[in-house]
Amino acid sequence: MIQFEAFTLANGLRVWVHQDKSTPMAVLNVLYDVGAKDENPEKTGFAHLFEHLMFGGSKNIPVYDEPLQNAGGENNAFTTNDLTNYYCQLPAENIETAFWLESDRMLSLAFSKKSLEVQRKVVCEEFKEHYINKPYGDVWHTLRTLAYKQHPYRWMTIGASLKHVEDATLEDVKAFFFKHYTPCNAIVVVAGNIDTEQIRSLSEKWFGPIPPGEKYNRNLPKEPEQTTKRFQEVKANVPLDALYKCWHISSRMDQRYYTADLISDILSGGGSSRLFQSLVKEKQLFSNIDCYHLGSTDAGLLTIEGKLVKGTGMKEAEAAVMEEINKLLQEGVTESELEKVKNKTESAMAFEDMSVMNRAASIAMYALLGDADLINTELSKYQAVTVEQIREETKRIFREENCSTLHYLSNQP
Amino acid sequence: MNKLNRKETPAIKDPIHYSFQLKPYTHYLLANGISVYSIHAGSQEVLQIELVYSAGNCFEKKKGLAAATNFLLKNGTSTLNAFQLNEAFEYYGAYCNRSCYNETAMISLHTLSKHVVKMLPLLKVMLSDSLFLPEELEIYKQNSKQRLKVNKQKADFVATRLIDSYIYGPEHPYGVYTEPEDLDAITVEDCRQFYNDHYLKGHCKIFVCGNLPDNMSLMLNEVFGKLQNVISPLALPDIQATPAQEKKYRIENDPKAVQGAIRIASPFPNRHHPDFQKVIVLNTLFGGFFGSRLMSNIREIKGYTYGIYSYLQNHLQQSAWVISTEAGKKVCEATINEVYLEMKALRENTIEEEELLLVRNYMLGNILGELDGPFHLMAKWKNIILNNLDENYFYDSVETIKTVTATELQTLAVKYMQPELFYELVVY
Repeated sequence: MIQFEAFTLANGLRVWVHQDKSTPMAVLNVLYDVGAKDENPEKTGFAHLFEHLMFGGSKNIPVYDEPLQNAGGENNAFTTNDLTNYYCQLPAENIETAFWLESDRMLSLAFSKKSLEVQRKVVCEEFKEHYINKPYGDVWHTLRTLAYKQHPYRWMTIGASLKHVEDATLEDVKAFFFKHYTPCNAIVVVAGNIDTEQIRSLSEKWFGPIPPGEKYNRNLPKEPEQTTKRFQEVKANVPLDALYKCWHISSRMDQRYYTADLISDILSGGGSSRLFQSLVKEKQLFSNIDCYHLGSTDAGLLTIEGKLVKGTGMKEAEAAVMEEINKLLQEGVTESELEKVKNKTESAMAFEDMSVMNRAASIAMYALLGDADLINTELSKYQAVTVEQIREETKRIFREENCSTLHYLSNQP
Repeated sequence: MNKLNRKETPAIKDPIHYSFQLKPYTHYLLANGISVYSIHAGSQEVLQIELVYSAGNCFEKKKGLAAATNFLLKNGTSTLNAFQLNEAFEYYGAYCNRSCYNETAMISLHTLSKHVVKMLPLLKVMLSDSLFLPEELEIYKQNSKQRLKVNKQKADFVATRLIDSYIYGPEHPYGVYTEPEDLDAITVEDCRQFYNDHYLKGHCKIFVCGNLPDNMSLMLNEVFGKLQNVISPLALPDIQATPAQEKKYRIENDPKAVQGAIRIASPFPNRHHPDFQKVIVLNTLFGGFFGSRLMSNIREIKGYTYGIYSYLQNHLQQSAWVISTEAGKKVCEATINEVYLEMKALRENTIEEEELLLVRNYMLGNILGELDGPFHLMAKWKNIILNNLDENYFYDSVETIKTVTATELQTLAVKYMQPELFYELVVY
């Protein structure tokens, strides 16, 4: 059982405190309720570029990193399609340094022209390193465009194109900041060797005076139900053919999410999973095959991806994948198979909760979803899933018209 | 209430004033002499067991054999085939992983503490009764060759392989790499022989940590205490490094590349050398963390790269000092030039005390985090034990971080940061 307390400041900033006296460290985690899905379709990649700019100095503090490093701390951040999360870990007795730094950049950035120029270049290099200069690097760009027609999940966090990042202006930066980086759009979690009263007074002191800002009301286009199967073929400079198939699944807060998550584990959660055993070991059509989803807040995708053994035809490989899906549809799963993936979930959660940094981030993400206590209760939601629910959910997910398929073919000899 | 002064840094306790304690492990022997290092701590009901064998690639007669043998440990015994073995671990949510290094190879288990009693016999069959079936080896070869094919299209993968082969020579365990034809040459007989010599009759150390049941030592003795392992580590083959003559390389791997993978590296002594710990401090300042000089200059001022790091390789016998980055194709040469300019600055100018204090505080704060929790603590101890060091190494390293002077660091920069000592490689 992970204990925590919560309070809200007058400006609307919500703060969660999780005490763990066994560690000498403390973590300050600040989550902003803004992700790539909140971007203008003509200016994608902005939430992530903005995350870089958050390290370019704030109103009263010219450099972010140095004072934190001096206090023995380190920090990082990440952006997803749903959210932007910043965290720093440092010796608990220096926790106030983190409050000072994080509150000043919530108050106002420095909006330095130089920082924008440099970080545009850095992000372009990041784009190249991960999405252009790597074999299969652009697959998710293609898949998102194929599977989403309306919802902003149709572009990647890094952006739909390098050009969007290159064209970002300082005016865009300012507008984005004042719209999203406000106390009422943020969630703060403080964890580690700290006391609630101490954190309450530090929060009042540093975050309390920041004007609340306006609550951002998200109004995203809903992805219409897919009614016909979709298909795309790409020829690329890669050594092996690869197959990708995506099906729409429910949103994160729907009970059906847990069923879909368990289905992905049944199909490919290790050496005894169905797809691996059948397609890699027995039939040897794929050199690897995975089934996963990204845990997105809005309705997500269940994806199967695999690289074909050289010499295997795409048709044969895809038919073999569908044979496994059909088997699942017709025969369902056994109680013991379901028990296995539930046990796996229990274990994965226990290991994840070992580090105080992970616990802080989890509390923040669950708080964003609307219920921080999910960190304690979510396992029971998995445990409640029945064989019958799996059967129903597989029928709902694995419909032909709900599927997008990508054949990513090698143009190498 | 006073008006809040946001320009002023809150008071901190400098980590250089902290005292550090490396909490001890418990050591005991199984009936057959296998050493067990144990740490019982942690709030989650989980534990980790690592069995470390003298079975790294330095012992192999054929390239890729040590890694293949290590991998196939989980692919079938006379009582459980690969599927059944995987199923037995996965049913209880446990993870059994294998990994192969230069001197050692490891089998690790992560499990909820309540299931450990069911997991240990599975480890035992893997380590006493593995079969190395021809069909399993063939699948392994095929899939490894495919993965290799994909990796060889990645500039950073190619650069990492090549730079090690330049520094140590392509026949040295640290410089060797496998090609598809090496994998083809491995037979089940090779695997069985290697298994016999390095697992069945080899040397093993056990590291166990987390929330341990009271009878952990009894259980371990019951399961592993009768195996035929030898008490002392196997003597390491004496293979000398044969560094390449040529020091500068530019290689085109993909004509359409938009970035180059850069590696700049120089041979360096191992952890027992008196300069090692001081150079760790110098390296941190140079390129070892986000606030380093390389990162500040080449990412945060020039914007040439998403990230640039330098590090000392964690090898037992000898090390290398490596600078590693991926940079835009047009700015690769400019990046290399800046790296050398940063070396020059460290040779010619004494580091300001303020910058050095920041590095000391950062490093010590980091160590505090690294001692947090049983898994982290055991990782520290394992590194000490496998490097034939003792806890004094840890306390010396803390003392070095606190006290090494700017003058000493400059002397080390003059000694080691000479461009002509470095190999230089760009893979496009």
